[in-house]
Amino acid sequence: MKDTPLSNCERDFLLKAIEEKKRLDGRQTYDYRKMKITFGTDFGCCFVDLGKTRVMAQVSSELVTPKESRPNEGIMFFNIELSPMASPAFEQGRQSELSVKLNRQLERCLRNSKCIDTESLCVVSGEKVWQIRVDVHMLNHDGNLMDAASIAAITALCHFRRPDVGIQGDEVTVFSPEERDPIPLSIYHMPISVSFAFFQQGTYLLVDPCEREERVMDGLLMIAMNKHREICSIQSSGGIMLLKEQVMRCSKIASIKVSEITELISKALENDKKARKAGERCGFAESMPQERITALKMDETPVEMTDVTEKANDIVHNADAPPQMVPSPVVPIPGVGQVGQGVQSTWGLEEDDEGEEEENDNSGEEQDEKVTRMEEEKLESREGDVVEISDSEEEEVVILNPEKVSKNTGYTSHHKGAAATQKRKRK
Amino acid sequence: MGNVVQSEARGAVRFSSVEVCGNMAGLELLSDQGYRLDGRKATELRKVQARMGVFAQADGSAYLEQGNTKALAVVYGPHEMRGSRSRTRHDQAVINCQYSMATFSTAERKRRPHGDRKSTEMSLHLKQTFEAAVMTQLYPRSQIDIYVKILQSDGGNYSVCVNAATLAVIDAGIPMRDYVCACTVGFVDETPLADLCYAEESGGVSSLALALLPRGGQIALLQMDARLHQDHLETLIEAAMTACKGVSKVLDEVVRQHLQESSVLSGE
Repeated sequence: MKDTPLSNCERDFLLKAIEEKKRLDGRQTYDYRKMKITFGTDFGCCFVDLGKTRVMAQVSSELVTPKESRPNEGIMFFNIELSPMASPAFEQGRQSELSVKLNRQLERCLRNSKCIDTESLCVVSGEKVWQIRVDVHMLNHDGNLMDAASIAAITALCHFRRPDVGIQGDEVTVFSPEERDPIPLSIYHMPISVSFAFFQQGTYLLVDPCEREERVMDGLLMIAMNKHREICSIQSSGGIMLLKEQVMRCSKIASIKVSEITELISKALENDKKARKAGERCGFAESMPQERITALKMDETPVEMTDVTEKANDIVHNADAPPQMVPSPVVPIPGVGQVGQGVQSTWGLEEDDEGEEEENDNSGEEQDEKVTRMEEEKLESREGDVVEISDSEEEEVVILNPEKVSKNTGYTSHHKGAAATQKRKRK
Repeated sequence: MGNVVQSEARGAVRFSSVEVCGNMAGLELLSDQGYRLDGRKATELRKVQARMGVFAQADGSAYLEQGNTKALAVVYGPHEMRGSRSRTRHDQAVINCQYSMATFSTAERKRRPHGDRKSTEMSLHLKQTFEAAVMTQLYPRSQIDIYVKILQSDGGNYSVCVNAATLAVIDAGIPMRDYVCACTVGFVDETPLADLCYAEESGGVSSLALALLPRGGQIALLQMDARLHQDHLETLIEAAMTACKGVSKVLDEVVRQHLQESSVLSGE
């Protein structure tokens, strides 16, 4: 499905707002949206929320033979998956322009900057090295996928632990996590991408564009940096013309943003480590109860809470008491158990009663249904006259109560007589 | 501009470079005397040779050599939209680019001339560069095709493609805001090196590719790999811009010469 095009009205409105230095979500021009980093139960699984953009990264490792040109270096593999789940504009299976762009940018950001020590991933030179695979899945697309993906990928890499290996002679043993503690990757620095959107031929500049803003922008400049103020990659895209001064300004903003984000990541990693050490429950499921995965999630809105308790009490007082239907298990016939908590089925029993001793079914039923009758009585007293009895025999129990003889007697007895005769006929 | 001098590319560089990249550690990209691997000075460009109008069939075509990197560019259009009409833009022309590398262009024979991730990305970048430079608003609802092929690759593929495509677009008579000139720049020992060759590119230098519209100093594309401290960015961009301006002079000369030749021919 193709993206629904933005109407001219909407486009004009957005551009006008940007001109007035206002953004739809109330941010300032250089503000990021709320960022949240959570981890899965496994090592190397990380979720990043950037506003409503949601991205998952999973790192996995595998022993493979190295490339011939680099026999003693591990292999890094990056993949960004744009599933139709994230946005209807993404198509399944096809390598779209966007996916090529994102994939190459992530590769450039993380592989070419040599942030991971690939030589430490070598097990046997020329024969066995670790291949580290980073899969980034887009879960919800609300703009700025690149930043979210780069943060998710580097955080997942920091969080990841690979199995320990031992070499004895020619034999390579991979130890399970129970035998030996898994080893973290050695990471030199953390490159983080920061995106700048340009509007009106580069007159206006926004950090972290949301999906709407991305649609009206002229071009994008992505700068990946680490906290040591080293630029790891720069990529401009879209048909814009930049001036050198603009690039310099962006790089300065990027360095500030990157140091903030790096701090957030290290804090998140530390929290997770602490939680794991303390044996607390951690992982993705733990972070879920507070929020739903749906895109329709609403932000929390402030609610007046002053007289809520009184109101609640009022409601409780005025409400009718709930019916006291506490059935006790009844064993209808010795040796027959009943599953569930339902009240004893009176149907079959009554039939029996009526068949055998229809003359004094009154007493017979009383014996059988002592327990049930109590409840029925209560019901009766509250609801007044439950007169409109159908020909269902269950109701007969109710009417048979001695106190309830009153006006209905004639009708019921007649009715019952009819039922009884019917039954006899059947037999 | 005085220091931008073209030199004859020393032959056989590309072939020795294949062995050279095996032991990167021992590689000296810039000697103490200030010379590079192929004998150039730091700011010196490789020799640029170009011809326009090499094909009769195409609307515009050009062949460009920059050192040992050789590229062929062909332009068709502007013409009516072909293929999916849904891409039609009512206010401007759509630029369609395809980048491919001949299977014999690299030391190791290439399996696929185009279609892999890197060449798709390169096509995207070319498209982006020319969307910025060509006056697309003059041709609404039409399409301009730019096909570029690398015949021999010795570093700076992107910049050579851009330079060749610029000449082809000019040959096709499509109005542009300015020449688009591209150049790669590396950074070694605190010195920016202009126009990197393959040996330098693969030697782990942080390199920056820049496409420039020289008159206004506007950057149509900026791309950088590898680590570089923020403080050096400005010097690097500065050096790249100077190099691009050097390229633009050469391109301008080529265009003028071509015009002269063709006007002489048509005048007779």
